[in-house]
Order: sequence, then C-alpha cells, then structure tokens
Amino acid sequence: MTPEELDQIAETEREEQSRFTQRVNVCVAAGCLSCQSQSVKDSLDQEVARRGTKDHCQVKGVGCMGLCSEGPLVSTSAGVLYKKVEAADGAAILDSLEGKPVERLVCPTDVPFFQRQKKIVLENSGNIDPERIEDYVAVNGYTALIKVLTEMSPREVVDEVTKSGLRGRGGAGYPTGLKWSTVAKSVGTQKYVICNADEGDPGAFMDRSVLESDPHRVLEGMLIAGYAVGASEAYIYVRAEYPLAIKRLRNAIRQAERVGLLGSNICGTRFSFRIDLRLGAGAFVCGEETALIASVEGKRGTPRPRPPYPAMEGLFGQPTLINNVETYANIAPIIRNGGHWYAQIGTEKSKGTKVFALAGRVENTGLVEVPMGISLREMVFEIGGGIPEGRKFKAVQTGGPSGGCLPTECLDMPVDYESLAKAGSIMGSGGMIVMDESSCMVDVAKYFMDFCMTESCGKCIPCRVGTYQMHRILTAIGNMKATDQDLKMLEELCDLLKHTSLCGLGQSAPNPVVSTLRSFAEEYRAHIQEHRCPAGVCDK
Amino acid sequence: MPSYVAKPTPPNQDKRWKLVDATIRRQGQQARGLIETLHTVQEAFGYLDEQALRYVAMSLRVPLSRAYGVATFYHFFTLKPAGEHTCVICMGTACYIKGAPQLLDAVQRDLGIAPGETTADKKVSLLTARCLGSCGLAPAVVYDQEVAGKVATPAIRERLKKWTSA
Repeated sequence: MTPEELDQIAETEREEQSRFTQRVNVCVAAGCLSCQSQSVKDSLDQEVARRGTKDHCQVKGVGCMGLCSEGPLVSTSAGVLYKKVEAADGAAILDSLEGKPVERLVCPTDVPFFQRQKKIVLENSGNIDPERIEDYVAVNGYTALIKVLTEMSPREVVDEVTKSGLRGRGGAGYPTGLKWSTVAKSVGTQKYVICNADEGDPGAFMDRSVLESDPHRVLEGMLIAGYAVGASEAYIYVRAEYPLAIKRLRNAIRQAERVGLLGSNICGTRFSFRIDLRLGAGAFVCGEETALIASVEGKRGTPRPRPPYPAMEGLFGQPTLINNVETYANIAPIIRNGGHWYAQIGTEKSKGTKVFALAGRVENTGLVEVPMGISLREMVFEIGGGIPEGRKFKAVQTGGPSGGCLPTECLDMPVDYESLAKAGSIMGSGGMIVMDESSCMVDVAKYFMDFCMTESCGKCIPCRVGTYQMHRILTAIGNMKATDQDLKMLEELCDLLKHTSLCGLGQSAPNPVVSTLRSFAEEYRAHIQEHRCPAGVCDK
Repeated sequence: MPSYVAKPTPPNQDKRWKLVDATIRRQGQQARGLIETLHTVQEAFGYLDEQALRYVAMSLRVPLSRAYGVATFYHFFTLKPAGEHTCVICMGTACYIKGAPQLLDAVQRDLGIAPGETTADKKVSLLTARCLGSCGLAPAVVYDQEVAGKVATPAIRERLKKWTSA
C-alpha cells in the first residue's frame, strides 16, 4: 500500500458513491438491531430492487446515530431523520425521497439533542458502512497514518498528541501524550500496544458504539500509537458480551491486512504492525490495566501493585501502552488537524470532546458527544430533554460503580475531570444515568456495592472483606434494621477501602456511598431513625 | 519449546474437538492461550466440563488447578450445561432503575429458580447480565441471543410461558 494507492481507493469509492443521487442510511448498530432494523434494511433493499432504482438509490447499513431510544433510525439524502421505522414503511420512505417527508415517522433534528453535540469521535458514526474499509477511506480514513509514516518522526507524533492535551478517556484522565512518551522512552526487546475495550461499567456503551460504527478509526489510532512508541504487536481486549463489535473488529482487521495497512513494512516503510483480538470473559476488574494484562496473558484477571507501571513492565514483562477505545478514536483527527486544533475545544485542563451514554429516567436516551465543560444541566435538561412523566430530577450518576451521584446543587457544574472529582464523582468512561424521585439513594448505593462485592477479585483483603461488610450494612439500612453505630462503621469502612485497597476497584468502591452520604444524608437518616424509605423503594 | 511432551489426544471422537485443537495450535500450545481455548470449548460444547478442562490443561501444559481457576474466575464461563432456552435479564444501572428487579422477581416466582439455575425439566435457564450496553432500551432482556428492549413484566411472563409449555 502506497499513499497513491490509498488515494486511488478513496477516489474510486467517492466516484462510486457520486453515482447515487438518493441515499437511505439504516442504523445497524446493536441498539437499533435489537429493534429489528435489519428487517427494515432488508425491506428497503427489496423495494429498491423491485422498483429497479438500484443504479441511483443506495441503501446503506451504517453505525449508531445516537438516539437509541427512538430506534430503528433511518436517515435519507433528503436530510430527514426517521424514527421507529418498521419494515412496512420501506415504500413510503423511498417515495419521500422525491417529495414530502413521511410526517408520522419524522424525528426532528433541530432539537438540542442533535444541535448541541460536537462530533469528533463519532463523526463517521451513522454516515459510513462499518463493514467496508473503502467507505472509511473515502472520508479521509488512514490519511493520518500515511501522514505519520511519511512525514513525521515518532517523536513528532508524541509531541502532537501532547500538544492536543488529550487525556485518557477510560476514566482516570491520565495525559495521553505523557503516557506515550514514557512507553516510547522505555527500553524493551518487544513493545506492545493494547486497546482496552472491556467496557465493564454498567450503564456505559460508548466504546461498543464506536467499535460497531467505526472500527477502522480505532485500528488507525492504534497503528499511529504503535509507530509513536515503537511497538509492532497489539491486542484489542474486547468483552465477549459484545458479539457484534467483535465481528466488525475481526472484519476490519482482515480488510486492513488485505490492503496492506496492517502487517509487515506498511507503506513500504520499516514499520510493521499486527493487531489481534483477545476476548474478555466477564470480569469488571479486567478494566484495571494490570489485571487486563494478566487476562491477555491467559491468567486470572487479578491486579498487581504498581510500580512498575505497564509503560515499563507490562504484557509479558515488556513496555506496554494501554489506552481506551475512545482515546485511540481521537488520535486520527488530532494528527490530521493538528494538536492545536484539538486543544481549542473544551476547558483549560480537559481538552476536546467526550462521548456520553445518557440513560435512565430521562426523555432522550442514547449516545451523545459534547465538548468538555458543558454543564450537567444542559446535559440532562436540554440534550436529555428533561425528566419524563413530569417527575422531579434527583441525581445524575457518573462513572459507574467507581463514581458518585451528583445532586441538584451540582447541576450547574461544568463536566470536566477536575470538577467531577471535586464533587465526589469521576468522569469515568462516560456512563451518565439520570435518576428521579422514584429512586432511593440508599438502594442505589447498595446496588453499586453489590456490584463491587461480586466483582472484587479477592486478592487484597480490604476490598474482598470491606465490600462485603459495607454491603451488609447497606442491606441492613434498606431493611430498616440499622443503627447509628452501623452508619459510623460504614463511614469508617469507606475511608479504609479508599486508602488501603490494591487497585482502583477497591479504592473507588466507596465512592457511591460517600457521595450519597454527602448529598442525601437525610435519606439515610430516614431509614435508620424513622424506619421509612422516602422514595418508597426499600419498604415495598 | 520442550517437545518431549506429546500433545494429548482428544477425549473422544467428537468432531468439535477439531475446533478446540485448531485454537490450541494457533496459540502455539502455550499457556497464554488458555482463555482463548476455553472460549472455543464453550462455544463448541456450550459449557466446560471436567473432561474438557483436563484436556485443555494438558494440551497447554498448565496445571489443572490453573485451568479450573481461570474457568471459575470469569463469569462468562459456565461449568454446567444450559437449558434448552436461556433468558438473560440485564441488571445494569439503567435497567436497574427502570424496573429490572421487578422483572427478575416475576420470573423467579414463575419458574421457581434463582439466577444461574435451570428449571428441572431443562427447558429454561435464567441468567442475569452485568450490562448489555443496550441502556437506551432499558430494561433489556436477551431471549436466546435475541435482545429485546423496554420489556414489561407481562411480556416476559408470556414469553417464558411459551417456552415452558412447549
């Protein structure tokens, strides 16, 4: 593969696509597929074949369009988005391409949900066919890789990423440029690149959507990372629970190998790179980097103390770069447009955009990408469209089991790494779950503690025993059988786990309890002293 | 690599062992391929029994204890055969606050089994999932690999009734 050949592929594909004057895009990501979007696509295909308009009308399966709750979603070249489309609507939609839109199916796009978004990671989602490399190449795919290989030194690539201010999107927010330069400087016979696609947080599905909608984007980011740090082998650690993402990744890797963008001597340079998949097997702790490495090595996913950090001693004892799916997905645009361009977006310390999975008791649920620094109020009430059924907002939960619940008082806070941490939560991977007055905060804390208790790997005692004890106390509170003494013990355990656990799972397990104790202390009091549950959940 | 340990022969004539052997070969008969190999076994046979664990451990030259340790550490692996149908209820945060516990309660009462168990007639296995990533469609349920969104209690009861009475 030479740069000219890549141009040729792009050119041919664009020419091919310009033949079509009409286009219908059907979402075939997991969300819409489970609402039978495949049968919608099939019926559109049949209808086009029946009408004999195949030459100028294209029906394309594309990735996630964001508004998952209204699926199956279909967009047309006439610029209309349709929601809740059924197989029987195929003919009406094709008719509308030349005339008026089908009123009953129209999904308005001039609403904040679509208008307030800024798409970088998701720019191709919903536009390209995730199963064809040509489609990705036609929208400037792999040009960043070519640029890096032909014009830049590894050092310059790391500098560009550092300049962008990109921080790890897995949750902790470690500066990506710094991580890359550490791995680049480490000495080892063989370096590795790992993509963490073990999206274990309940309530988060950003990575799944990116992998299903634009897998080549992730591969390109990993290739650039490999070149920058001097690695030639890579693994994508993906959850076995995401069969569609696995299928599309396998397909994408095969396609990239076939055209010579993966393999030996890529673009005639000395750079060689191979990517292999490793399937997770359902262990939340494997999102922690040292546990993930153990799992890739075929062992039980238990963490080990750091240092040494994986950047020095990681997979098979060699220097290893681990980043999350979304982090890699940000790399290609940063290289294409420059680090300065990226650094203009977002806040002073949190640059760029972040993809959030908005779910729970909110009108619009789905995937959104917004600039860092947007307020929680905008997220919940404008983009999310507020709380349904006229109920009252109570809290928004970010960061999954390692995060916290943010109450009404925090609504005007900007969403960035520092502000969320200060408020007792974390950015996390991007799950954002809205709760209304029908949720009991003690019950929510118990739910997350149950999660951490079952997911604790059992290696260190504070986490293994502490989560069990905390869960026991929270259950007692839920059953109205706890005393003030128990509450005191609960607070002490929070402190103990935070400071003595081996890895992030145990250290952050108290977060949901700490944050609810801080903002919803009166609910705990009502359970303990008045033996009642204000939300009416626990005393059912 | 020491070559004096011959690769064991499969426990029986079942053709599915060929798939397992292919994975073992691809992983270079090395211990690092343990999880990948167990995935293949589970995909081919549906679950991991003692015979399979012994064979995989011997082929990859790891102690049986390690193979058993890995198989029991990860939730995805199961040591028991599943029923004819499986019903997975998502207990992710979004599903939890949108009523998944009520669904689970109803199903448990109807079938008389707890999550992770199979009915006595081996018709239905009930499982829970940490998160399916279908949070936009909460609460979500998987009926035999097929994801259904915004599931209500009457709908799930009816579906299960069809399975148990069939």
